Amino acid sequence: MSQYNYWVVIILMMIGFYIVISHGNLVKKLIGLSIFQTSVFILYISMGKVTGGTAPILDPDYTVFSNPLPHVLILTAIVVGIATTAVGLALVVRIKEAYGTIEESEIQQKDDEEC
Amino acid sequence: MLSHFPVLQVILPLMAAPTCLLLRQSKLVWVFATIVCLLSMLISFQLLYIVQSQGTIIYELGGWKAPIGIEYRIDMLSAFLLVLVSSIATVVLMGANSSIQKEIPEDKHTLFYISYLLCFTGMLGIIATGDAFNVFVFLEVSSLSAYTLIGLGTDRRALWASYQYLIMGTIGATFILIGIGLMYMVTGTLNMADMAERLPDVTQIKTLYTAFAFFIVGVCLKLALFPLHLWLPNAYAYAPSIVTAFLAATATKVAIYVLIRFIFTIYGVEFSLSHMPLPHILMALGVLGVIGASIVAILQTNIKRLFAFSSVAQIGYMILGFSLGSQAGLQACLLHVFNHALIKGAIFMAIAGIVYRVGSANVKDLRGIGQRMPLTTAAVVVGGLSLIGVPLTAGFVSKWYLILALLEQGLWPIVIVVLVGSLLAVVYVWKIVEIAYFQKPEGFQQGDVIEVKEAPISILLPTWLLVAANIYFGLNTDFTVNVTDLAVLSLFGGAP
Repeated sequence: MSQYNYWVVIILMMIGFYIVISHGNLVKKLIGLSIFQTSVFILYISMGKVTGGTAPILDPDYTVFSNPLPHVLILTAIVVGIATTAVGLALVVRIKEAYGTIEESEIQQKDDEEC
Repeated sequence: MLSHFPVLQVILPLMAAPTCLLLRQSKLVWVFATIVCLLSMLISFQLLYIVQSQGTIIYELGGWKAPIGIEYRIDMLSAFLLVLVSSIATVVLMGANSSIQKEIPEDKHTLFYISYLLCFTGMLGIIATGDAFNVFVFLEVSSLSAYTLIGLGTDRRALWASYQYLIMGTIGATFILIGIGLMYMVTGTLNMADMAERLPDVTQIKTLYTAFAFFIVGVCLKLALFPLHLWLPNAYAYAPSIVTAFLAATATKVAIYVLIRFIFTIYGVEFSLSHMPLPHILMALGVLGVIGASIVAILQTNIKRLFAFSSVAQIGYMILGFSLGSQAGLQACLLHVFNHALIKGAIFMAIAGIVYRVGSANVKDLRGIGQRMPLTTAAVVVGGLSLIGVPLTAGFVSKWYLILALLEQGLWPIVIVVLVGSLLAVVYVWKIVEIAYFQKPEGFQQGDVIEVKEAPISILLPTWLLVAANIYFGLNTDFTVNVTDLAVLSLFGGAP
């Protein structure tokens, strides 16, 4: 179990993915999507950890550092994730205004009626 | 100045996007955005010229050397795609001013141009960069702005299509992110060239296989390979017409670029095409896409949706060429990327003109449109002929090369699939011809004079520019064949 962090990633990823696929509520889908993305953040963050390493600050007392690069990368990915969620929620608001519902099945039904 | 060109053409639209907010007036913003796209286009032509004469350009951002800093690397393939994307963006934007008057509310015009420029930035960035993580960031820049662009459509189904695209697109992008992360894990670098150097040492590690699988699925979602294409038809059908023309001609092409770049430059032909079962899977999906999507296209009653399904089929052709793993196959794939962008650009611009006058893209509203809008409808027909692959059009050239590449490996059954796909294209293009020319408009009585009312010149001009390009590149293949030839050579490890 020395690499249990990967199990955390996989379980979170599957939970998120399952919510996206199985739920019909648009907001819940976005929540699932966020969990899914978060699992990838954890994958990146945990891969930078070096056993016994400290924060990457240059100091003569320490020689082992954690790798800061994945952490920096994931800052960008977090920003992207927030932007995605924001755009998604904005779309949900507009969908609610246009269709009067945020349930996938009801939206499909209304579209089918129109055709 | 000249040495900064690789980054300048990405930065230009990026900086121009927020500047649009200051201009506010719709027409002013349009002129400004078009000039910016035009400048980007000129720069990309200049880059292509430099690459042709001096070989690959390497640009270090901020002067940091490659593995530490981010580098932009323009080789033949990138230069070719840059020229394609920036030209299409410029030509399509020329028609935007008239088209969005009817399709987007006045107060959202500025926001439309901002999203357009950002989407354009993202695509250029993906093509220019030589850093794997940078690809992901630019991919998200272009995707997020594409979601908003699609959501601007007047029909409420545009919102639903945009939401579905957002979910699928984000899953695809996250898969790509996982792939890149796992690759970083085994190689310790994000620079593409550096990664390619270190990968041969780690090909037996399972992590690399996982990375490869995640990456391929993610990219195939983005490029709408059958059966991962579900987001595409609705997104194209309900987006504003200009957005459809832009995205149909560029978005999936850029995703194919990403696939080619990672497979050939990073993973290497040896690992991805002989070590992994990728060619067989892609070939099967390509065949299914060509036949399946073409049949579905025939059944559509909305011509934007019809041509959206046809796009899925055409992506099948590109993937077929790609899956052969030979130089001829890859060249056919690149040629079809270029030619299909011209075809779909022309067709969707013409449809933008039709929607401008008729206000709908439904087949039943288009009866007799051939008499009312002869020039616009003719553009759809010429585009359709090119789509089928009639000689003297661009579509013929790429199908010819694809068939030659298939014959080179003796794959007769697939040649038949390509021909059947073309026949199905004849069916759906004929369906439109019949409605446009041989049916009378609703409420038409004998003796009525049909009023000719063309699309405005600002839409007609870019449409016919693209149509002319279709014919020109069908007759004169010097440029496309030469450039793709060089690009393929350098991807297979020959001289740049």
